[in-house]
Amino acid sequence: MSGHAVPAVEARGVGVTLGGRRVLTDVTLSAAPGQWLAVIGPNGAGKSTLLRAVAGLVSREGEVLVEGTAVDDLRPRRRARLIAYAPQSPALPPDMTVYDYALLGRTPYIPYLGSESARDREVTRSVLERLDLDGFASRPLGHLSGGERQRVVLARALVQQAPVLLLDEPTTALDLGHQQQVLELVDRLRLADDLTVVTTLHDLSLAAQYADALVLLAAGRAVAAGPPARVLAEPLLTEHFGARVRVEPGPEGRPVVHLVRPSISSMVEEA
Amino acid sequence: MTPARPRGRALLVASAVLVASLALGLMAGAAGISPRAIALALLDRLPLVSVHSGLAPVEEGLLFQLRVPRVLLAAVVGGLLATAGAGYQGVFRNPLADPYLLGAAAGAGLTVTLVVVFLGGDAGVTAVPIAAFAGAVGGVFLAYALGHTAGRGGGTATLVLAGVAVTSFLTAIQTFVQQLKVDELQRIYSWILGDVGGGWDQLRMIAPYAVVSTVVMLLHGRLLDVLSVGDEEAVSLGLRAARVRFVVLLAASLATASAVAVSGLIAFVGIVVPHVVRRLAGWSYRIVLPLSFLGGAAFLVLADTIARTVLAPAELPIGVVTAFVGAPFFVTVLRVTRRVET
Repeated sequence: MSGHAVPAVEARGVGVTLGGRRVLTDVTLSAAPGQWLAVIGPNGAGKSTLLRAVAGLVSREGEVLVEGTAVDDLRPRRRARLIAYAPQSPALPPDMTVYDYALLGRTPYIPYLGSESARDREVTRSVLERLDLDGFASRPLGHLSGGERQRVVLARALVQQAPVLLLDEPTTALDLGHQQQVLELVDRLRLADDLTVVTTLHDLSLAAQYADALVLLAAGRAVAAGPPARVLAEPLLTEHFGARVRVEPGPEGRPVVHLVRPSISSMVEEA
Repeated sequence: MTPARPRGRALLVASAVLVASLALGLMAGAAGISPRAIALALLDRLPLVSVHSGLAPVEEGLLFQLRVPRVLLAAVVGGLLATAGAGYQGVFRNPLADPYLLGAAAGAGLTVTLVVVFLGGDAGVTAVPIAAFAGAVGGVFLAYALGHTAGRGGGTATLVLAGVAVTSFLTAIQTFVQQLKVDELQRIYSWILGDVGGGWDQLRMIAPYAVVSTVVMLLHGRLLDVLSVGDEEAVSLGLRAARVRFVVLLAASLATASAVAVSGLIAFVGIVVPHVVRRLAGWSYRIVLPLSFLGGAAFLVLADTIARTVLAPAELPIGVVTAFVGAPFFVTVLRVTRRVET
């Protein structure tokens, strides 16, 4: 990753207050074009809020730039062509078909009172094909399994054709195999389309395996950022997660985090 | 995959049903005018067409001054209420939202009562549509504001409860006002139960509101579909969700207000018709809205036909007929949707 290029997405001094509660304070992050950035941190650290702030879904302080342009200066439709966002638990109307749902990704390209063009349909169809969803096109969303659902949400985000993809916990509620499938798929698409991916991931080892860089959030502040090997340091994790962990070097210098069960003697010690 | 043809076919079928119910509505009645004569008389009214219907002037007067405006008003009111109901359901993403649950009709009912009681006479009659509109909009926004402050995060259940609260509050005021002027009670009560016998004047009066609100709602079908995935995602897709809601809400309130102004508080059309349409034609508001208009129109024309023939020469209030069909249906819908959600 060249350090000189304009970052694909950059957030500076992001602060968010929700319902009178300070959720994020002065958070800064940056991802180079084509990079995968994972936001990690304990529950309630503000990971999802950070993603929503970058997507422009909550009012915030600070600046968000995509390819050097401040998104606050952009009209919503223009912004939606730069940033695609998939929430942790998307609302999937049970009767809507997979095709129609994916087609919603074209919304930023359709005039206010207009309707979809042939090109919108074509883009949607080709994305469904790429994600092996063409056989599901006319299936209602209510009839999908968890893994299929995640792929459909991803399809909707890809149909948006934005260079920056924000995914909030894309592996929630998926079993191991499906977690791996979804993350491999995201990685494949990232490499093929040169997408910049920002995800929240609660599984630290998964985050380390897939992301080029991590941001560790704790109590609404970015307390560490950088390559996985640097951020996933035992003292940092112990301090911010309150967990006993052992970090081992893994393949390609990507660390693996193990939970270590406190031994009986140390429990006695603590008591 | 894209239901262009089924959509066209559904619209065609619904239009045919509407035309059939209009015909039935025109034929039904005490005077016993033959269908053939009615058809000829209608043809005669077309530009460049001249046929002799064989109707006596009295019969012709009855047809064009009473029955034609009556079935048309029933159709317009039914179409407005059903489309408004579908619109509210889309805005609030709540399948049980309807104009009355959210306080629009109660608001209109209150203001119309105020106007009838305190203005009275001709001034009261001409002020009714404006009063009804203001009341309907006021009622909805009261419910909206209340639901918003009470339930952060936009819980739709909170909103319906807020609507119920606003409705009973406004109805209480309305009842109080009615008690002040008991001699107007009969007039207000029969207005509430619904009547579409207002004639051409009333039809002309609401025509502009009806056209504008219906067109605006129909144009927002796609945007309501986008809203159906939730506000946050709609916003992330570049939609100004709040603005879309506001516009549709305003149009639906205008439609409700127009309907209420000329017909009283006719029950259940706004919820029954969109639900039937969804069952038959799918989820997309692009089809639900136009089909609701056609279906609502046909439904109310038939309901009115029943209302004025069942006990002829006496008339049942039309609201009684729609509620009689609507209430059991409403319960069924509640049961079925609950089964799907859990």
